[in-house]
Amino acid sequence: MALATELRCLVCQNQTLADSNADLAQDLRNQIREKMRQGSSDAQIVDYLVARYGDFVLYRPPLKATTALLWFGPLLLLAVGFAVLLRRLLKRRAAEGTTVSAADRKRAAELLVAPPGEPR
Amino acid sequence: MIPELGQLALALALCLALAQSVLGLLGAARGETVWMAATRHVARGQFVFVAIAFLCLAYSFIANDFTVAYVASNSNSALPLHYRIAGVWGGHEGSMLLWILMLSVWTFAVTLFSRHLPLEMVARVLGVMGLVSVGFILFILFTSNPFLRLFPAPPDGRDLNPLLQDPGMVAHPPMLYMGYVGFSIAFSFAVAALLSGRLDAAWARWSRPWTTAAWCFLTIGIALGSGWAYYELGWGGWWFWDPVENASFMPWLTGTALIHSLAVTEKRGAFRSWTVLLAIVAFALSLLGTFLVRSGVLTSVHAFATDPTRGIFILALLAIVIGGSLLVYVLRAPKIGLGGGFEPLSRESMLLANNVIFASAAGSVLLGTLYPLALDATGLGKISVGPPYFETVFVPLMAPALFLMGVGPLARWKKASLPDLASRLRWALATSVLAGLVLPFAMGRWGAMVALGLLLAAWVAASGFVQLYEKVRNASSGANSWARLQSVPRATYGMLVAHFGVAVFVVGVTLVKGYETEKDVRMERGDTVEAGGYTFRFDGVTAVQGPNYAAQRGQIVVTRDGRPVTTLNPEKRVYRVQSMPMTEAAISPGLTRDLYVSLGEPVGATAWIVRVYHKPFVDWIWGGCLIMALGGALAASDRRYRLAARRLREQYAAVAEMT
Amino acid sequence: MNRYAILIAVFVALLALLAVGLKLDPREVPSPLIGKPAPSFELPELHEAAKTFREKDMIGKVWLLNVWASWCVSCREEHPVLLDLAASGAVPIYGLNYKDTREDGLAWLKGMGDPYKLSIFDADGKVGIDYGVYGVPETYVIDKAGIIRYKCIGPLTPRIVKEKVLPLVQELERA
Repeated sequence: MALATELRCLVCQNQTLADSNADLAQDLRNQIREKMRQGSSDAQIVDYLVARYGDFVLYRPPLKATTALLWFGPLLLLAVGFAVLLRRLLKRRAAEGTTVSAADRKRAAELLVAPPGEPR
Repeated sequence: MIPELGQLALALALCLALAQSVLGLLGAARGETVWMAATRHVARGQFVFVAIAFLCLAYSFIANDFTVAYVASNSNSALPLHYRIAGVWGGHEGSMLLWILMLSVWTFAVTLFSRHLPLEMVARVLGVMGLVSVGFILFILFTSNPFLRLFPAPPDGRDLNPLLQDPGMVAHPPMLYMGYVGFSIAFSFAVAALLSGRLDAAWARWSRPWTTAAWCFLTIGIALGSGWAYYELGWGGWWFWDPVENASFMPWLTGTALIHSLAVTEKRGAFRSWTVLLAIVAFALSLLGTFLVRSGVLTSVHAFATDPTRGIFILALLAIVIGGSLLVYVLRAPKIGLGGGFEPLSRESMLLANNVIFASAAGSVLLGTLYPLALDATGLGKISVGPPYFETVFVPLMAPALFLMGVGPLARWKKASLPDLASRLRWALATSVLAGLVLPFAMGRWGAMVALGLLLAAWVAASGFVQLYEKVRNASSGANSWARLQSVPRATYGMLVAHFGVAVFVVGVTLVKGYETEKDVRMERGDTVEAGGYTFRFDGVTAVQGPNYAAQRGQIVVTRDGRPVTTLNPEKRVYRVQSMPMTEAAISPGLTRDLYVSLGEPVGATAWIVRVYHKPFVDWIWGGCLIMALGGALAASDRRYRLAARRLREQYAAVAEMT
Repeated sequence: MNRYAILIAVFVALLALLAVGLKLDPREVPSPLIGKPAPSFELPELHEAAKTFREKDMIGKVWLLNVWASWCVSCREEHPVLLDLAASGAVPIYGLNYKDTREDGLAWLKGMGDPYKLSIFDADGKVGIDYGVYGVPETYVIDKAGIIRYKCIGPLTPRIVKEKVLPLVQELERA
């Protein structure tokens, strides 16, 4: 039963309904099987369980107003991250153009002569 | 007497840790050379006393001293010796002592391998680490003392949790803690650098091997935990996105971003403030993980005996350590400066993009883990967030990272050219697309997700090959290929091996998820069941006795096309002391598949529910992790970190002066 | 300075969340049935198997439905509280004997005392599932219109009775 792997056992709360050995889990698995035999769809079975136990029983949180941030958050993080990154990259490119003095150049050349054996 | 000695040693360690912090931080602030030099010795002293405390606890376990409450609840006289020793970290109090031991071991290592660093830097690093030690030792002494006595002493102990009586479980916490605690070094380096006002390429070079080593340990620790869950829990799963698993994964993701970020800061002096922040965040997530496991705020299969009082203490520790370091960051970061410039298309920008991806991934895992708590706390409802969410969100995030893994190492520093990259990678791209299109058929059937996974894995492997090929071809020294291969720095091999490990991992995950077969059936003696082309015949169950358990052992004979393959003996054990039933799965591991059998419940007088799995390429998951860790070890042990001390010190002083 | 403010703000919010979390129970599953009609059932009584009882029979009255079982350890803790409450006559208590055998259930009540006006017998636990029972004992306060108003998960304590149950019952009686 693939559906039971997405449902949470209410007794052994760190296992799916499919894996738990709790009495209630067995009862609920039987109920689900019974309903499937009667022709209920996955969505109807989910509604049946949520009506009795709430959203807690779903390992895949439903998309509602209160979970919008959860579902869109990752994409938002990525988008914001890239937006900030892009902005700084382009700003940095615009801000380039400092000059290096001759004395600094000479000093840099001395320091950049790598001792033998050291990788660049 | 020994337990009291242990407690005394811990108290002395606390004093030394306090001295370490004061001498280190104040000494550096005031330029007191004597204090700074003394910090090293005081730190070593702390290690000695923490080790003594740990040994005292270990002795109490070995000697079956049940007058110590912690020993009484985690051990038993029938427990084999090696598990009695492992019992030291089998419960909350002892595991915290292990944590501190790891911290003092790392501290000791820093005192040994920091000769080439400026004294002021070392003093500050040890000072910060000392503060962390103080916090944790106080936590142990005040809320989690493993040396408390129990009167009257029970005649025997309550036995180590049977789930922990296993080699994988024995090694998992030490490896994991080496990782978590190892990130405190990167953290300490970052804070020390912020405090000194000097945050340059030198700092990144010093931090890098430590951070990479910590990352290695964490990788191994997580892999061990996952592998253990696979063979121990009996349902063939290896990652459940459980809050505590996530608590170890978030520092890993951040740590991965950190080691890449440090590479850029070391080579080009760029992203300094970002790298420092990552170092602080990685350790913060380690501390957060400690909090989540032990406070009872989230339900988890892992939760130690949870206690809100302990939770408050750790939260306070989190607030002080991380709050303090963030404050220092905010005050000092604006002065850090930009560092070397680079184009929007360059190796730097790709590494930055990689960081954004990994940071978003870590953020998403954090979001999913804490969201139920957030909704509950604001009274907006009670939900669960489990594997369906994390898998939906995580895979699309990681795919771009896998793509970048192929392109990034080939891109030039400062300025890369897209046409140039495309031409160098065209064969790798072609190979990957071919792999994605064709290989799934070799496994039986084509699927879009499998194709994508194989494409990305092939891409990483093929582009890695291109990277190696170019490095050898362009190598300056050596006439023949062998000399050129040897001239490639070890750190480059580290990168190639680690990335290859990722490819192996992705193959494992993709193929197992795409093609595994599970059969859950009621079997009578002589019945057979088919899975993955193998035939499993159930030959009944016999009763056996173990050292501290009684078991029902099943016999399953496996054949393929009539030829015998192996015999598997899954067990259903009942550990005598705790009367806890345990399923011991029987696994036939292989390079291309695992055959996995576990016993369910007996049905009636003669039949049993038997679970049979065919898991193709599942061992590539942990194999990939080990290869990744090997890559990290190679990178961390690169020669450049071990060059002559004085020369390095002179160089860094000069570089620091210039920036 | 702006992005640093965001950093500190996020960190402080995280700490606040975790601090609040220390007071919450992550294992508790609140009932979605609060404010909804009590699920209908028709079950045989525990003492007299021939008679049936339905939730409709209680329309017009405020009552408590207490889910119990002879195999349940916490029910023993709660039992004296129920006996006291029943003796006070404040509100009628009806029992739902959940996934038990008749003999065990009857014997348990005989030995521990019977605070219930009557107990119904839910052998296979189906009615329990309808009521969202996941851990015995659980107690529901149901009003005159048959709407569930409150659910206590876990054993009733004198404090819960005094602070939550009785005031609610009085308010519902007035309505």
